[in-house]
Amino acid sequence: MAVAHEIRGLGHSVRRKEDARFIRGKGNYVEDISLPGMLHLELLRSPVAHARIVSIDTSRAEALPGVVAVVTGELMAQHSLAWMPTLSGDTQAVLATDKVRFQGQEIAAVVAESAYIAKDALELIDVEYDLLPAVTSPQQALEPAAPLIRDDKEGQESNHIYDWEAGDKEATEKALAEADKIVELETFYPRCHPAPLECCGCVADVNPATGKATIYMTSQAPHAHRTLFALVAGLPEHQIRIVSPDIGGGFGNKVPIYPGYVVATAASLLIGRPVKWIEDRTGNLISTGFARDYHMKGELALKDGKMTGLRVNLLSDNGAFFADAQPTKFKAGLFHIVTGSYDIPAAHVVTKGAYTNKAPGGVAYRCSFRVTEASYLIERLVQTAAYELGVDPVELRMKNFVQPEQMPYESATGFLYDSGDYPAAMNLALEKLGYDELRSEQAAAREEGRLLGIGVAFFTEVVGAGHGKEYDIAGLRMFDSAELRVHPTGKAILKLGVRSQGQGHETTFGQIIAHELGIPYEDVEVQEGDTDNTPYGLGTYASRSTPVAGAAASMISRELREKARKIAGHLLEVSEDDLEWETGRFFVKGSPDRAVTIQDIAFAAYTNLPDGLQAGLEGVHYYDPPNMTFPYGAYAVVVEIDRGTGEWRVQRMVAVDDCGVRINPMIVEGQIMGGLTEGYGIAAMELITFDDDGNCIGSTFMDYLLPTAWETPVFELGETSVPSPHHPLGAKGVGESATVGSPAAYVNAVIDALAHAGVRNIDMPVTSDKVWHALAEVGLAE
Amino acid sequence: MVTNDTIGPRGRRSNRRFRERGGVSVYPATFEYFAPTSVDEALDTLERFGDEAKVLAGGQSLIPLMKLRIAAPSALVDIGRIDGLDALEERDGRLEIGALVTHADCEKSDLLRGRYGVLGATAPLVSDPIVRNRGTVCGSVAHADPQGDWGSALLALGAEVVAQGPDGERAIPLEDFCSGPFMTALEPAEIVTSIRTADPGPRAGGTYLKLERKVGDFATVGVAVHVSLDNGTIGRAGIALTGVGPTNVKATAAEDALAGAAPDDDAIAEAARLAAEAAQPLDDVRGSAEYKRNVVRVYTERGLRTAIAAAQS
Repeated sequence: MAVAHEIRGLGHSVRRKEDARFIRGKGNYVEDISLPGMLHLELLRSPVAHARIVSIDTSRAEALPGVVAVVTGELMAQHSLAWMPTLSGDTQAVLATDKVRFQGQEIAAVVAESAYIAKDALELIDVEYDLLPAVTSPQQALEPAAPLIRDDKEGQESNHIYDWEAGDKEATEKALAEADKIVELETFYPRCHPAPLECCGCVADVNPATGKATIYMTSQAPHAHRTLFALVAGLPEHQIRIVSPDIGGGFGNKVPIYPGYVVATAASLLIGRPVKWIEDRTGNLISTGFARDYHMKGELALKDGKMTGLRVNLLSDNGAFFADAQPTKFKAGLFHIVTGSYDIPAAHVVTKGAYTNKAPGGVAYRCSFRVTEASYLIERLVQTAAYELGVDPVELRMKNFVQPEQMPYESATGFLYDSGDYPAAMNLALEKLGYDELRSEQAAAREEGRLLGIGVAFFTEVVGAGHGKEYDIAGLRMFDSAELRVHPTGKAILKLGVRSQGQGHETTFGQIIAHELGIPYEDVEVQEGDTDNTPYGLGTYASRSTPVAGAAASMISRELREKARKIAGHLLEVSEDDLEWETGRFFVKGSPDRAVTIQDIAFAAYTNLPDGLQAGLEGVHYYDPPNMTFPYGAYAVVVEIDRGTGEWRVQRMVAVDDCGVRINPMIVEGQIMGGLTEGYGIAAMELITFDDDGNCIGSTFMDYLLPTAWETPVFELGETSVPSPHHPLGAKGVGESATVGSPAAYVNAVIDALAHAGVRNIDMPVTSDKVWHALAEVGLAE
Repeated sequence: MVTNDTIGPRGRRSNRRFRERGGVSVYPATFEYFAPTSVDEALDTLERFGDEAKVLAGGQSLIPLMKLRIAAPSALVDIGRIDGLDALEERDGRLEIGALVTHADCEKSDLLRGRYGVLGATAPLVSDPIVRNRGTVCGSVAHADPQGDWGSALLALGAEVVAQGPDGERAIPLEDFCSGPFMTALEPAEIVTSIRTADPGPRAGGTYLKLERKVGDFATVGVAVHVSLDNGTIGRAGIALTGVGPTNVKATAAEDALAGAAPDDDAIAEAARLAAEAAQPLDDVRGSAEYKRNVVRVYTERGLRTAIAAAQS
């Protein structure tokens, strides 16, 4: 019989099962799929940000040998597919018919025998544009004289999309009025992009004989996408099969449905052959779900050093179509987690959204629905408050933390924090860092003319959506599922409604089954991504796979364990009440030698059952969590600034995370390091910006900068573990913690080096150019 | 009224292409590929296609441009199979860098230390390791990107470009080689066969400082410095700048001010001021002109200190 250490359940850093195929080039991505008779689709994109389309002449392209079809918006309109609904209840053009509304918008598609021919044909499509002035900021968009972007929408008379608020306005105003200090911070969280290394793409294969549509696509949420395809395209849902094969990174980018998927599917339906669409890097960066683009103003009320109120005003740049991927009733996502880790009795968040001539699709770039923006604002604001009050930034945080004995804690904006010991995590980070010595070092360095900065950020996340009553995607409740089939020989297949994009589900979920049933994790195959073959689920994003699908996997294991108990009683000829479970086996109470293993029981489930019990050891569980989970962490960064060039180099980066119980600590640490790297990228270099004409700057990796191993700091990780009280394993989810928490830590470090001279804010990305100008302004530049 | 064809080229290269054609590509246009085994054979092909042909060495600039369809040559002449173009050696007190010598070859070579320190310091700062493994020094110089690093390093040291054409070989002083961004004195049917440096001087040192947003990015600012000493005073100084002009910029006034001067703080500060004055930076995504000019000053000072110390050691 396998013993616990061989089973490798919770807490074992076993190597990732999936890596064997990835590192040998044996993965199977959408681009690897090639079907007989397959055609290739390429998209023509708008070169301008805002223009009326006067004419589209496709005749030269159609005449090119090898071109099978040229699809325009007009053709899509004939099938009622020129527009599609977005995840925020708006509409988005699939192929433009009337106007183009952002640079890079999809105008037409060529379907050809090869991708080369399709690219050649794109150059032969003649489009005539009547240029319109571009709207490139939400401030400009909301001016009365601004050009109307969405003239396609009846009754839409301005570029205003929504107003939304959370919290208590009156109580907050009262707190501000009674404060002895109000600290303000205005900051812009710029537009950045998830930029997964694999761009989006699909192979759509509509069988003309059977009508079955099989769509291989880069999807983080294949089941939800199947339902949306059924609703949008009018295809019967049982005739749609979405297969999400290996995914080369998602980070939120692969949650929405993009025009390319829809056009390729329509083309396959009309032509009767499989159609492949593979997006190139520029297409990905300029047209698919970006993140952030949030103009934020925070006002923090303080009395006797205690935070008493928080008022936040937000202005969101949503691009040409309101396509944020978020639960329906939360127009600003879960931004209202903005009180963060602090006991702030009153808070009020007001937010406004505006259309601009930019790409649509505010996805959460590795963040649970705008939690990143919230975490950034409060952590920058608290740091500012410390300088304004003349107290140590750590001391101010310690004094205002929600304390462990206050848990569960209801925040001023309505979240119920379920658990946490913030001072413990903060203390561990300070200890690892040597905070007090570093402060002395900083003072000594300043005497020598060197600029050191020590930045701290303490984040509390809200992840793991749902519960389904409150949280949905396009109306679909955010539960998730697990189906476990234990075979007669004791091996098992676990089928999930979520979809890994690199998170290591095949290993982690195997370990959950190993922990719950004692089947060694190697004996569990995890299957995801094929809607014909897995139970319905809402997909992988918002750090929800382990909190929701992980719980489902635990619960189905426990249900099967109860059935196994009955079989064990039958095999051991004792009452099931006389049996005791230990990992991997039932034994008779008081005589541990009289036992049957889970493998024996599995065999009996198909060969030797007690009367009245159904055969098999299989089942499915749909888990709707009772609450969100609230991972948190303390991050600290030390930087030194070059006064001649404004460059800042990270000398230390300490990250203490509490994500509850860690199933595979190695995978968890990998997730954290990846997030810290992306957080560094966002803080230091990632930027999608636009010139006054709406031209996108940041359309290739020469302009949209991602950190390499060379730039990436060395990370020192630490851990505390307060289990989630409502998750069956105590796990909270970790995929996004570091991206959420770290940008503020990096920026706070740079500001800390300059705070003594009065510098309070440098907007991200904190480029050396911006730092040098800040240095020059306060007389610190070389 | 505008069409996809008439929307003007402005701004950054990929974006310009994008605005012209409404899409960028990862698939190059159709071209013919030639792999000659001698320079003469390569020249024949070049003559046949005129300016429709491009020479391919390491391909680290040309291939990306072709994939984006910014460049669409109808013929590629791959010189990678021609013997004798890969020499990196000192001949008569001057360094000869053959057309197929890669950045990585330079990075590893012991020749590029000491007196050739400006080159040795440049090699590991060119782009990223992948580019350095395939890209060539001569290819980079022939590409004439004003943000290229080798142009500055070689201008500071002094160098000439050796080109072979239908009428034989000629040597073009590097100062005369680049006429503007991506423009050179090379004829369509000429191939750069090597670059030959000046004699660095008996007691010499140099360095290259490069500010970049990340590894693999072009220089925001680069400063190449070469100094030779003559009885304790500065004999010859070479200073050249990257990323702050339409070509690599030789800071002649700064060089002249240093010639014959004592290598002290005042001389260094004055030269740095003059180098900053010689820069012609523009505001762009990498930073403001004012910022870049200041970095030129700071880097010239730091570079001169390093180079002088190296020459003195």
